[in-house]
Amino acid sequence: MSQSTAKTGGHETSFLSNRRTDKWWVEPILTGLGFLCFVVYTTWAMFQANHYWYDPYLSPLYSPVLMVDPSVPGAAPLKHAWFGLWPDWWPKFLPSSPAMLILLGPLSFRTTCYYYRKFYYRSYFMTPPGCGVTGVPQKKYNGETKLFLFQNLHRYTFYIAVCYIVLLAYDAFISFFRHGEFGVGVGSLVLTLNVVLLSCYTFGCHAWRHLVGGRKDCFSCTAGHEHLSHKGWSKVSILNKHHMFWAWVSMVWVGFTDFYVRMVSMGVWTDLNTWGGH
Amino acid sequence: MGKRTFRVWRGDKDGGRFEEYSIDVDQGMVVLDCIHRIQALHANDLACRWNCKAGKCGSCSMEINGKPRLSCMTRMNTFKDDEVITVQPIKSFPLIKDLVADVSWNYEQNKKIAPFKPRPKDSDGNWRMRQRDVERVQEFRKCIECYLCQNVCHVLRDHDRKDQFVGPRFMIRLASLEMHPLDTEDRIPKIKDEYGAGLCNITKCCTQVCPEHIQITDNGIIPLKERVVSRYYDPILWLIRKIFPKKNK
Ligand code: SF4
Ligand code: SF4
Ligand code: FES
Ligand code: FES
Repeated sequence: MSQSTAKTGGHETSFLSNRRTDKWWVEPILTGLGFLCFVVYTTWAMFQANHYWYDPYLSPLYSPVLMVDPSVPGAAPLKHAWFGLWPDWWPKFLPSSPAMLILLGPLSFRTTCYYYRKFYYRSYFMTPPGCGVTGVPQKKYNGETKLFLFQNLHRYTFYIAVCYIVLLAYDAFISFFRHGEFGVGVGSLVLTLNVVLLSCYTFGCHAWRHLVGGRKDCFSCTAGHEHLSHKGWSKVSILNKHHMFWAWVSMVWVGFTDFYVRMVSMGVWTDLNTWGGH
Repeated sequence: MGKRTFRVWRGDKDGGRFEEYSIDVDQGMVVLDCIHRIQALHANDLACRWNCKAGKCGSCSMEINGKPRLSCMTRMNTFKDDEVITVQPIKSFPLIKDLVADVSWNYEQNKKIAPFKPRPKDSDGNWRMRQRDVERVQEFRKCIECYLCQNVCHVLRDHDRKDQFVGPRFMIRLASLEMHPLDTEDRIPKIKDEYGAGLCNITKCCTQVCPEHIQITDNGIIPLKERVVSRYYDPILWLIRKIFPKKNK
């Protein structure tokens, strides 16, 4: 390794040194705080273990409901739970929260997403915190080899995320039916928008873009499939171009959807809907 | 536009200092014009590299107020009136003199890359490919080799891993070859090991500074990383290759 670059040219080499005159630190700080807020909120919401259901709305943080403790206020009805009642052996110090069982899926998807990686390598790991800003000194920088090799399994978290999209789409669908009667409430719209935003984020994924066609050197060389792979790849590319945007709006909206269901379930907000009463 | 003050790095690999110069700046001037005016009026021996003054030759890369930029494309009216403008050579390559760095390491990286190896011609003696199949790699051909991306990439800049990573410019050169519809060479093993795709942590500074607006990370490096995953890290694909060794190399 050459040592030729140190300090010549008026460049410092100490941590955070730079000669930028713009506010380069605003972005890493805002995104760092923004994500932290989301993590704090979802953790809090998960430990609440209540008010995640208001007929017929289910909070996305609690979907799918694997098991349910119907005695808590705002719990989903028993028939919505895949495996029935909450088990007795569940340790007492943990809340009987259906969210605890399922949040790892979406979390693993987001934490291995190429966009989130960019953002947390900058904001939290500071490798580097900004462009032209000296990053955290390291004995031997290894990037995404070694410790971060697991990032290469991102495509598997994508498969999981697609399952969640299907489940949330189902939740959104049933949010239009209360006791079998079709209707529309603000909650139905909130839940529906949630699926749409999450889909725009999920189907703009780089791993998906690769699988759908990007892995090919030539779209037109395999007879029969030419249109499919090129069309698919181009469509995914449109979403992929704004992947960061979808990442943020979908994340904020998931949080808000939970908050909305929580508020109407607690009776703090009134859900405007066509069913009336309730 | 009035008088403007510049802090310009003067020196060579053995050391140096910032020198301040004040010059009159006219409307429409770019930073490179100012450097030339400083040369003409105050410092005849100030070294800088340039050629086209049109953002197309990639020679005039510098760091202006800490940002890697083409000096011929950095307009003076983008700065505040009282702003002192700091001009430095690019950091990641050895300094020759003043604002000129020795970028020859980059040419060595290029030589490491296996060249284009087209498939045999069609029976009528032609090579045919469709526009939609080459479109993707055309983006990468816009590169003017200014090496601003190489300079800003923290793998080379902070960590000096020049022995392990060819840098973003050559990652997109690799992408342009790997995604080429006619090419038959397989560079994936070297992209993983020798060229160091795993060292890039996709923090996107290369994309941010590219004057040609090439989506280096999204369209070049990440797709290459995904190809490396398919070859080396995907357990299901690994299994499929074990069961059907011929079809999937
Ligand atoms: S995205 Fe990768 S290649 Fe580009 S500057 Fe960052 S680490 Fe370097
Ligand atoms: S990719 Fe962009 S920044 Fe890098 S050398 Fe080419 S033109 Fe310059
Ligand atoms: S790259 Fe962001 S979700 Fe896959
Ligand atoms: S002088 Fe050619 S790019 Fe600036």
